[in-house]
Amino acid sequence: MLFYILKRLLLSIVIVMLAVTMLFCMIHLVPGDPARILLGPRATPELIASMSARMGLDSPFPVQILRFFGNLFTGDLGMDVITNRPVADIVFNQLPYTLWLIFSAITFAILIGISLGCYSALHRNTLVDRITGILSVACITAPAFVVALYSLLIFAVTLHWFPAVGAGEKGDFWDQVAHLVLPAFAIGLSWIGYLARLVRASMLEVMGENHIRTARAYGLPERIVVYRYALKLAVLPTVTVIGVGMGFLLSAALLTEIVFARPGIGKLIFDSITTRNYPVVMGSVLISTILFVVSTTLSDLINAWLDPRIRASL
Amino acid sequence: MIDILKRITHETLGLFGLILVTIITVCAVLANVIAPYDPIALNIVDRLQGPSASHWLGTDQLGRDLFSRVLFGGQIALKVALVSIGAALCIGVILGMLAGFGPRWLDNIIMLFFDTIRSFPTVMFALATVALVGPSLSTVIAVIIVTSIPNYGRVVRTQTLTIKSNQFVMAERVMGVSTMRILFVHILPNVIGPLIILASMDIPTVIALEAGLSFLGMGVKPPTPSWGSILNDGYTLIRNTPWPIIAGSIPLVLITLGFTFLGESLRDLIDPKLRKSL
Repeated sequence: MLFYILKRLLLSIVIVMLAVTMLFCMIHLVPGDPARILLGPRATPELIASMSARMGLDSPFPVQILRFFGNLFTGDLGMDVITNRPVADIVFNQLPYTLWLIFSAITFAILIGISLGCYSALHRNTLVDRITGILSVACITAPAFVVALYSLLIFAVTLHWFPAVGAGEKGDFWDQVAHLVLPAFAIGLSWIGYLARLVRASMLEVMGENHIRTARAYGLPERIVVYRYALKLAVLPTVTVIGVGMGFLLSAALLTEIVFARPGIGKLIFDSITTRNYPVVMGSVLISTILFVVSTTLSDLINAWLDPRIRASL
Repeated sequence: MIDILKRITHETLGLFGLILVTIITVCAVLANVIAPYDPIALNIVDRLQGPSASHWLGTDQLGRDLFSRVLFGGQIALKVALVSIGAALCIGVILGMLAGFGPRWLDNIIMLFFDTIRSFPTVMFALATVALVGPSLSTVIAVIIVTSIPNYGRVVRTQTLTIKSNQFVMAERVMGVSTMRILFVHILPNVIGPLIILASMDIPTVIALEAGLSFLGMGVKPPTPSWGSILNDGYTLIRNTPWPIIAGSIPLVLITLGFTFLGESLRDLIDPKLRKSL
């Protein structure tokens, strides 16, 4: 197991480094000088040269990338050329908003999705099961930003039940919660459908297994058989799915943050792209990539811990 | 093929999906004939109208007919989906077979490449690329191709690895059959079934991604209509009129629903074993 953990961690580090190199190459292989694009067509050559120096673009490519990696290990993501603040500060300032959003969305989805899936599995082929099945597919296919637009339109603009934009007053807990409801709903809806289907399928599988039959044969009440024995096993696949789904969650969070004009990593990336602020784009894409790689690695490790067969395959 | 089509029509949801997909595809292809107005013709006098007999889905802030824009937007969505999934499928098949059949070092390099691509959240990767190259439809297509290759490549690799160790492939090799023949005559036909299912289930994701990027203004350039850009117009006008949002989202939701139902019944028909693994 220890060997597997080490191997898997090493692989993740290599992947993150390759991803950084790829981003770096993209910036440099693309025609057009980022400093020139940032300053616009009327910039003088001197201005462009000094901006290039500030963005660290004046030294040869290998030196730049080595310097970037060196800085990365000390937690330095470079300087934002427009506001002159460290990129790491800006990114870590915005990150909690995105993490809270993702966390609330997935908690909400787990609560409803698992209950629905469990209910469907226990009442198989009834009308409720069939309706849940179709609704689940409908939820999965609805793109998060479309759900976000509709919830904004219905619950904020028309009914005024929830605030439309921002993340709420700092320090006012209930205001922040009110601002979180609609975005979390928009991201969580497709996960409700997804988890409901997943739990239904694995619940049906678990319910057919020998130990459940044995538990029933012992005369245990159905409630205990279902909740204490079956459901515990049936929710295991969700752990993996959520870990691997972190990428989708981040992508959905990005679009949702923009719809609700909510601070966060997604909005930061979008805003810095519109102002062509490359260091910030680079820093925030990097942090979200690391977040994604960490969560997939974690879910792989949890899986390997649960299922020894996986360890052999790496 | 006809047999599969016949069996799909016997399943309620599969038939429903097939009908939705067919209607939307036909509408998009025949947009030039069906659309009552030019999708980019301005008509400021009739701006921000609700649905009426002359404008079925209303008009936007520039008086453009939303129904016509939705029809033409369908062309963009289908074009992006078909071109990008087609290209990603071809490259994925080649890379996957190389990884599965080639030497170990090549397998490792290709897998590392796949893992690296998959380590970016798709929309962030797309935005970073658009930030550098500039927004255009071809950028969107290129990004979707690159990010979809690993999905197909991995499936092909696993299948190739399984088939490679089969006795009939061993026998072929002993008889001196060329690698190319083994790959394309024996392995490819065995791989293609699961791939088609995977691709048909990817179409809704790709269409939603294109719409999302166009919604952010990172896809097609205005005034070209796309479902995403119609939704973006709707977002800026959200306090004035709900119609652009409704107009842009209906086809988007219907086509993703249609392709999902169709893909799922295809999967169940062609390979019931995949039901669990996908």
